[in-house]
Amino acid sequence: MARQKLPPTQTLTMKIDDVDVTAKPGQTIQDVARDHDIEIPGLCYIDGLTIWGACRLCLVEVEGMRKLLAACSTEVAEGMIVHTDTERLRRYRKMVIEMLFAERNHVCSVCVSNGHCDLQAMAVQLGVDHVHLPYMNPDVKVDSSHDRFRLDHNRCILCTRCVRVCGEIEGAATKGVGGRGINARIINDLNMPWGDSQTCTSCGKCVHICPTGALVEKGTAAAEMKKHRSFLPYLTVMRES
Amino acid sequence: MSSDTTPKPVTIATVWLDGCSGCHMSFLDMDERLIEIAPLIQIVHSPVVDTKQIPPGTDVGIIEGAISNEDDEAKAKKMRAACNFIVSLGDCAVTANVPSMRNVFDKQECFDRAYHENADLQPANPDVVVPPLLDKALAVHQVIDVDLYVPGCPPPADAIYYVLSELLAGRQPDPLQLTRFGK
Repeated sequence: MARQKLPPTQTLTMKIDDVDVTAKPGQTIQDVARDHDIEIPGLCYIDGLTIWGACRLCLVEVEGMRKLLAACSTEVAEGMIVHTDTERLRRYRKMVIEMLFAERNHVCSVCVSNGHCDLQAMAVQLGVDHVHLPYMNPDVKVDSSHDRFRLDHNRCILCTRCVRVCGEIEGAATKGVGGRGINARIINDLNMPWGDSQTCTSCGKCVHICPTGALVEKGTAAAEMKKHRSFLPYLTVMRES
Repeated sequence: MSSDTTPKPVTIATVWLDGCSGCHMSFLDMDERLIEIAPLIQIVHSPVVDTKQIPPGTDVGIIEGAISNEDDEAKAKKMRAACNFIVSLGDCAVTANVPSMRNVFDKQECFDRAYHENADLQPANPDVVVPPLLDKALAVHQVIDVDLYVPGCPPPADAIYYVLSELLAGRQPDPLQLTRFGK
């Protein structure tokens, strides 16, 4: 009897931080790491939204590659050897956090999101106790024109979670990014006051998915803005239904 | 214990630059733990003692507040020259915090608002007695080298106690275990 051919393999084998792991073709390094309880830091990645690769916190080292790769947007390959927590990565991640703090005016002590902020928490997790870069102190504005919500560009890190949840889950596509480079800003519709937007449904997903105090509910004082994130695990379901 | 075997107290100087004094209040909030620490340290210069000079060779210098005017700058430099180990205490010293909120404006705009638009009588820039304002409020490490950063607004008394205990024990503390920006 002739031997039957085995079906083509659907499982890749690779190493993350010296642990042998298995992966499916098409998964990203971030997906596989999470499947194996290996935590890679990140601020822009949200399960259920398109991958953006903006924050650069999830950069990892892959053996044989000279440049660092974003774990959220790099597909795995057979035999890949990944390091997620090296001295070089820790140094770069701290620098990323410092650049985020230096780029806008993050005055934690008076921020409504003080104590409930992913950027603050990430600074502690990565050991950022000061910012060695000069602060840019940009003159950026606060949009309080919406009845219920506020957009404070001083606290924005341009992760675009709000843009993606608005377009991909709510389907309103009110939020976008205007400007380029250091002048990039989150905008509403065609860069008009949020309160004048014809497309915003006031669902509030952008506010609660925002990692910092950039998108908040009005009527909150310092440290009072606690985001409601219970809907986040359902983003994929919402998208498919 | 005879006096020659008693360990020499660690000398500490503190200064209050552009801050609200909350970090010094938090220092005092160590409460009874101050009594525990008191025999081990000697405060040689501080807003809470009367000495006017910072003695050279002081072991630890603790700085509260941002550097906003020429007097702050001079005091920070004196601290660096006199102290072997400089601690930036609190968010104003570490990040320039609330004092830095004027940094998005031009210095003259700040003067116009404070001393002209909002002045009922004799509008004039403050140009006598008070030290000249710098263009921007700066974090302490933007002016002098800093050896340890203790963020917080203010850093909790527990964090200050931990930092001092570790320094007295000759260890390098990790303040982020107990405090963070904005805490």
